Amino acid sequence: MRRIGELLELAKSGDRRSLSRLITEISESEETPRFQPNSTWTLGVTGPPGSGKSTLIGQMMKHWVSSGERVAVLALDPSSPISGGSFLADRIRMDGNDLGKNSFVRSIPAGKTPGGIPRRIIQVCQALSVCGWTRIVIETVGTGQSEFRIASLADRILLVDGPERGDIIQAEKAGILELADVIAINKSDLPGAASSAQNIRISLSLSGNDNREVILVSAIEGEGIEELISSIESCEPKNTTIELTMRERLLSEWDSIIVSNPEIDEIIAKLCDGSITMSKAIQTLGKSIDHGGDLDF
Amino acid sequence: MRENFFRFLEVMLPSADYRNMRIVIAKPGLDGHDRGAKIIARALRDAGHDVIYTGLRKTPDEIVGIVNDEDAEVLGLSTLSGAHDSLIPMICDGLRGASLGKVVVFAGGIIPERDLDMLYKSGVRAVFGPGTPTSEVLDFLDEVTIRNQNQNPTGVGDDLGWNWN
Repeated sequence: MRRIGELLELAKSGDRRSLSRLITEISESEETPRFQPNSTWTLGVTGPPGSGKSTLIGQMMKHWVSSGERVAVLALDPSSPISGGSFLADRIRMDGNDLGKNSFVRSIPAGKTPGGIPRRIIQVCQALSVCGWTRIVIETVGTGQSEFRIASLADRILLVDGPERGDIIQAEKAGILELADVIAINKSDLPGAASSAQNIRISLSLSGNDNREVILVSAIEGEGIEELISSIESCEPKNTTIELTMRERLLSEWDSIIVSNPEIDEIIAKLCDGSITMSKAIQTLGKSIDHGGDLDF
Repeated sequence: MRENFFRFLEVMLPSADYRNMRIVIAKPGLDGHDRGAKIIARALRDAGHDVIYTGLRKTPDEIVGIVNDEDAEVLGLSTLSGAHDSLIPMICDGLRGASLGKVVVFAGGIIPERDLDMLYKSGVRAVFGPGTPTSEVLDFLDEVTIRNQNQNPTGVGDDLGWNWN
């Protein structure tokens, strides 16, 4: 834990190596570190595979960096359910490396922990804020509920879809459309984008006073990016989003408390041979909350 | 049937001291062919590692930056353009200069035998040519793990003298 404190100080002073090590240490540490940023600004970006999320984030990074922001992206890709390994290739499309010291991309394998939430992702966001990163983006593959849970850890959610994919209907089923703060229809240079956007606007208008914007963008041509950014910047996190975010944070913290309890294997073995009950197991595992385990920085 | 199931478990579940690595696979310079890089990336993923692929045409500085930001332990460099003799030493120097001397570097692609010594001297620990079975790359990484456990040199900034081939 002392190590995290030292790395944090070095990372705050702009040392890139320490920043990178800090993220690893936070993810792997046994205790939960707490950081106290004055403010954090986080955006969850979700949407079906191939809708252009990474390319769009790359464009947004350029825009933000040129207006003086420091942009950190946590790019999540799925892990193989069989080997547990992952092929992380989001950064190829972000082109962020030539933006210099004001952009940072870290690839994170999702699905190593129950619920599909990468360990300590909230603490990583807090630490990035403390280190002066003013725009933090969490990119997820928005194909299911668990990925959506990750996006909802952010203060605001951007949903990205492509033209004539029909995937937005799936998003609607999963409740993602209801919770997105801004909706972008990417690939506006391809036919069908305008009608896709119109279909979503109609769907939103069914619920009465829904005035969320549906924005046409072309990540590859760089069109509509300014409008998208100003829409994201001006959206105030809604009450429903805040509640949902808190709920997901609570669940995620609870997961990590249980999973990081040193007695967990022993308790699972006892559950298997029937020597304790499920409620007793939960009581025992939950006790570590009283022991603290939090370390403030 | 039951026996088969346990055999299956034995094969699929990593052994106790197994630990997955964060590995960057990079394509330095002007070289548009990445089938080899993708095959290696896939084999490493299937062995349980987290593989970050940089995409094509990266400069040495960009590659060093990516290894740093991703906090990778291993860097695999694939080159088929003939520029390995200038690009790979530049990347190795860059890693040492960025306090990334613990990173293990291996190379693959079209690399003539006469250049191997020069690459080893610059800090590369293994060179895999065309036709190498992917299992050999995994064997190399196992060896690296064992050497690291025994605190023997493996990194690009560590003492030279050990290489796989």
